[in-house]
Amino acid sequence: MIVNKQILIFAFMTDTLKRKFSVREIRQDFPALRQTVYGKNLIYFDNGATSQKPQPVLDAINRYYSKDNANIHRGVHLLSQQATSGYEASRNYIKQFLNAAASQEIIFTKGTTDGINLVASSFGETLKKGDEILISAMEHHSNIVPWQMLCERKGLMLKVIPINSRGELKMDVFETLLSNKTKLVAITHISNSLGTINPVKEIVAQAHAVGAVVLVDGAQSIQHTKIDVQDLDCDFFVFSGHKVFGPTGIGVLYGKEHLLDSMPPYQGGGDMIAKCTFEKTTYNELPFKFEAGTPHIAGGICLGTALEYLNSFNIDEIEAYERELADYAQDLLSTFEDVKVIGTAKNKTSVVAFVVDKIHPFDIGTLLDKQGIAVRTGHHCTQPLMDHYQIPGTVRASFAFYNTREEIDTFIAAVEKSISMLR
Amino acid sequence: MNIEAKQQEIIDEFALFDDWMEKYEHIIELGKDLPLIEDAKKTDDRLIEGCQSRVWLDAVVEDNAMRLTADSDAIITKGIIGLLVRVLNNETPENIAKADLHFIGDIGLAEHLSPTRANGLASMVKKIKLLALTALA
Ligand SMILES: Cc1ncc(COP(=O)(O)O)c(C=O)c1O
Repeated sequence: MIVNKQILIFAFMTDTLKRKFSVREIRQDFPALRQTVYGKNLIYFDNGATSQKPQPVLDAINRYYSKDNANIHRGVHLLSQQATSGYEASRNYIKQFLNAAASQEIIFTKGTTDGINLVASSFGETLKKGDEILISAMEHHSNIVPWQMLCERKGLMLKVIPINSRGELKMDVFETLLSNKTKLVAITHISNSLGTINPVKEIVAQAHAVGAVVLVDGAQSIQHTKIDVQDLDCDFFVFSGHKVFGPTGIGVLYGKEHLLDSMPPYQGGGDMIAKCTFEKTTYNELPFKFEAGTPHIAGGICLGTALEYLNSFNIDEIEAYERELADYAQDLLSTFEDVKVIGTAKNKTSVVAFVVDKIHPFDIGTLLDKQGIAVRTGHHCTQPLMDHYQIPGTVRASFAFYNTREEIDTFIAAVEKSISMLR
Repeated sequence: MNIEAKQQEIIDEFALFDDWMEKYEHIIELGKDLPLIEDAKKTDDRLIEGCQSRVWLDAVVEDNAMRLTADSDAIITKGIIGLLVRVLNNETPENIAKADLHFIGDIGLAEHLSPTRANGLASMVKKIKLLALTALA
């Protein structure tokens, strides 16, 4: 018999108590990194697609399903109360992690894509024919297609902020695109294909000056840099749990309370109503108004665990380390005569993407895989960006804080070997 | 040699390699040797768009035999195409329609033919089979 009496709490760690950054120790926390593929030690450089999970997250998933599993917000019994308090404690933790003003500004979603679709559908309802939405040339399809669909539905205009050859936003053009017709700017914080870190704080300030709201796609920034939504002053911030060492199927939409309050619900169902009759239904308050149906409870709780794990380190140290890794890889790749690095922004992190003269990225990726190295090849869900560079795709190595310089050395040797085989 | 014998020949050939890189070295060589489709024939109706690599297939039935040429922008895909062409080229539509292409799995390349792989190979095989069935009808 197990006695269930543990109550889940999340503790926000202060700077003085943080773990010392040691990549050796960090690697011990990730069981998936300790495996061989095709007889080689796995080198996992596909962190842009998804991250591996640390032991505390695995333990929390196991604990949830073996002990705490119950539906939330609706039970009189102990397990339901515990699951509810775990879920809400996680929400509160995420609020602290993002430095949001209130926990009702944290909406659980399925992920980044879901969060953007929620805003496009719900906030989008308030827009009118002739209004304009601004995105950039380096957006993920998730931050393009929902806006295209909205524009088609409501007769809005979608405009695109161009980039220069290094993969940086042309901020001077951005300024000229802004007008009092601009109602929303949706921009990625860090590009998944290029690694470019966009000046989102500046973008927010300029957009606000013309009365537009700003959605920041944080899918690639939450795991790499410190996020403070009040400092950024963005109106919406979205991310996915699975890219920040948490489970798949869970994510977060942060929204300023007054905006979320003014928006109509997205989906209808259980949990999101205050009172339901056939004549009229009134909606629940935030955040529940946007959380119809039984949510991904384990995911919500374990996302809190993942962020707690990340926050046990000093995030500035993680960021510095990851930049160093990316710089190291980029410098080594740049010495190859027939390799061209795609995305050479001055301010970038964690991603090195490249093409090799007359060799298809798929061929390089296949040979790297057989040498135990997981990268991604193709257009990375940024086809318009690939069109900009007039390439079918790239080979992308994307790093996390558990990767090492030694792994990069092995990767560089493997790239060299692959190229010589393909020549 | 019939389809089954040609498959066996390839399986024996690949049994010589004891590591993945050797295997792929061989596939790459096959890819380099495969005659190209002339650019003029790389038209949209012959293109099989994959998410990763693209495949062009030129297939006609004449004298009760399928004449196949195919090409890809990725050399590994092209090498595997070379193997498929070797097995199926000049065979009757009837034999092609009923062929079980087990050799791909036997030599450890099944991943390349899975429909989710998005390299155009699975669609290419489907297209060849469909063409064979149409010729039979
Ligand atoms: C910048 C960016 N935005 C959005 C997404 C979509 O995230 P998800 O598939 O988790 O919804 C990704 C994931 O690849 C991304 O990198």
